Amino acid sequence: MSEEKRLIYLDNAATTKTNPKVVEAMLPYFTEFYGNPSSVYEFSGISKKAVTDARETIATSIGAKTQEIYFTAGGSEADNWALKATAEAYSQKGRHIITSKIEHHAILHTCEYLEKQGYEVTYLDVDENGVVKLDELKKAIRPDTILISIMFANNEIGTIEPIREIGEIAKEHGILFHTDAVQAYGHVPINVDELHIDMMSASGHKINGPKGIGFLYIRTGVKIRSFVHGGAQERKRRAGTENVPGIVGLGKAAELAAANMEERAKKEQELRDYLIERVLAQVPYTRVNGHRTNRLPNNCNFAFQFIEGESLLIMLDMAGICGSSGSACTSGSLDPSHVLLAIGLPHEIAHGSLRLTLSEENTIEEMDYVAGEIKRIVERLRSMSPLYEDFVKHGAKK
Amino acid sequence: MYSDKVMDHFQHPRNVGEIENASGTGTVGNAKCGDIMRIYLDIDENQIIRDVKFKTFGCGAAVATSSMATELVKGKSVQEAMQVTNKAVMEALDGLPPVKVHCSLLAEEAIHAALWDYAQKNNIQIEGLDKPKSDIGEGEEEEEY
Repeated sequence: MSEEKRLIYLDNAATTKTNPKVVEAMLPYFTEFYGNPSSVYEFSGISKKAVTDARETIATSIGAKTQEIYFTAGGSEADNWALKATAEAYSQKGRHIITSKIEHHAILHTCEYLEKQGYEVTYLDVDENGVVKLDELKKAIRPDTILISIMFANNEIGTIEPIREIGEIAKEHGILFHTDAVQAYGHVPINVDELHIDMMSASGHKINGPKGIGFLYIRTGVKIRSFVHGGAQERKRRAGTENVPGIVGLGKAAELAAANMEERAKKEQELRDYLIERVLAQVPYTRVNGHRTNRLPNNCNFAFQFIEGESLLIMLDMAGICGSSGSACTSGSLDPSHVLLAIGLPHEIAHGSLRLTLSEENTIEEMDYVAGEIKRIVERLRSMSPLYEDFVKHGAKK
Repeated sequence: MYSDKVMDHFQHPRNVGEIENASGTGTVGNAKCGDIMRIYLDIDENQIIRDVKFKTFGCGAAVATSSMATELVKGKSVQEAMQVTNKAVMEALDGLPPVKVHCSLLAEEAIHAALWDYAQKNNIQIEGLDKPKSDIGEGEEEEEY
């Protein structure tokens, strides 16, 4: 890597670049203001204030009260907490949970764990765009349903769920509503009251903040057990000395994300739609996965027929392009992404998926380059593919 | 995650293509799991593999193992080709990540399937060669889903 290699980072749903302003805000809390927020002396008061300020910024960004924000080590922890601790706290009322088939594994695997503990979980189907079916949700509700957990926006295909409608249904039935907003928070406007959200998970590193920090919003009045027992931090619900630099960084990232959300979303959306258009125009036998308009502003997800995703990723990497795929070969299992299967893609097409998630730093010129490289690579892989050979010789089977 | 040899064979795969009126062809794997390999063999009257081509739908390791397997059997006799095991393919590639070992098995099976096809067509027996178990016929992979 001696000569300067071009790098086009299009995997912002995996993680984002930490904003230098965020790093700058964090730095003093490592070497200068390193006091423990729980201590008595004035010096530690600086750390305590920093934590309080960050909590306030975040609360404001979603229309919540400051004391309703609980810092966690990230999105997965927040998801685990929301599900396990609510299940436990409400087990007297019932042991039934409703979620969807396209949730992140932090939700799905926690649900599987709860099933082993004697809880029942209904996994709702989604339509071909990845939208949760509201009539199925209504039908799934039972007297012993204690929680509905539906993600705000899908991490793979970018589809934004009808959160307000789900929130209304949950409220009508007196059931708690949790949403995993890891991909949505800081990217689309969220107001927990307007959307009737009782709990919400979010993460710092998806919004140009640091890794290892996130939060769980818990509406006042929701009974929820402590996740980590110990000291009195986070209102005794999540013990452990606060990750002060992380919290400060998350607060700063939240502030920056809220400040230019509209402008950033508009720019990303333009890049997104441009790239989608270019790829569809240049590469035949390609589909876009996820809802075409009601999707995260920075998410592109393609399925290229007759080729496999990992090969595509390696060749894109050689061209300096970072992306991700729902192919089995990238997950370590033999099955392709559960999300792509849930929207009805056959296995062989799901294997050929490519997710590109943009940032405001990308340019139209980069999108041209990326579309060109995708065309070249897909053609090359198809020329090696027995599936394509059969298709050319015998035509489509269906 | 891949060795230099794997990357080399992935980037510059040897013997990609088809052989018209091949002496034997074999297709193994299935699209559900994301790997399909097809091998074409051109075998002369002395049972020497004069030419070999492949097509593969699959990951980097699948492409590299197909490429290496074709290199290993090219110019060999049918009996010698039978010695090209998945281990031999893996060793020639300086190893594979554990989750990709099945790709090398697929390469061995693809060679065997093509040899089986050749044996069937010519009504001969090849020592040590049994009917391949995972040869997929045309369109067979569809219904299961």
